[in-house]
Amino acid sequence: MAAKDIDKIFKALADPSRRQLIDSLHAKNGQTLSELCTRLDMARQSVTQHLDLLEAANLISVQWQGREKLHYFNPVPIHEIYERWLRKFEQERLAALHNFKTKLERK
Amino acid sequence: MNDERFVYVTYIAATAQQVWDALLKGELTRQYWGHENVSDWKPGSKWQHVADDGKRTVRLVGEVLESVPNRRLVMTWGDAVAAADKAKRSRVAIDIETVGEMVRLTVTHDELSPQMRRDITNGWPRVLSSLKSFLETGRPLNTWA
Repeated sequence: MAAKDIDKIFKALADPSRRQLIDSLHAKNGQTLSELCTRLDMARQSVTQHLDLLEAANLISVQWQGREKLHYFNPVPIHEIYERWLRKFEQERLAALHNFKTKLERK
Repeated sequence: MNDERFVYVTYIAATAQQVWDALLKGELTRQYWGHENVSDWKPGSKWQHVADDGKRTVRLVGEVLESVPNRRLVMTWGDAVAAADKAKRSRVAIDIETVGEMVRLTVTHDELSPQMRRDITNGWPRVLSSLKSFLETGRPLNTWA
């Protein structure tokens, strides 16, 4: 992932309202703007702005269904963050556990 | 089955043809997905998702609904164990669009059973991250190691 894309993701996540929007889509994927406003009690205009930022960071994707614009949470960039910064630490821990088990079992 | 839908998007620094080939050519999918997708990719044909496990275990089966090379592929997607029950199959649409020097790859998955929902919400982010890494750096993520 390019550095500027990573910046966009972290900036997009660095706001409680935007994190709430993601949580709301995680609970119910494919919401319209109106649904998101009702569920989160946020003004329409600020939700629109937050959604634009999230979309620019590729954290949400939109699809049109007839005249309705539906918003979907896109976890792929977050998975890339997980792969880069979390999984490798997890692997070391798993390797350590594995060695520990092997040693114990040899006794 | 419900009307829930998942939409996965990733931007890849590659051409549409490279992404298309990477999704359908066995010698490529094996490297970043640990599976091959086997079919002649003509509408109406069957396809299989085959594990690269030495035994070539068939994990998923379905039918090709639409196929426009380098652009769009739509197929049904079902557990091989329940292959006879076509009503249980979910549906996957893969769209490839060129955006500047990148390709926008969208996977839309719907008509899901609860079990398939669990499998794919774990699966697609891993597959797409690994595909992106594979095409951009030559190295897949060792997700299936």
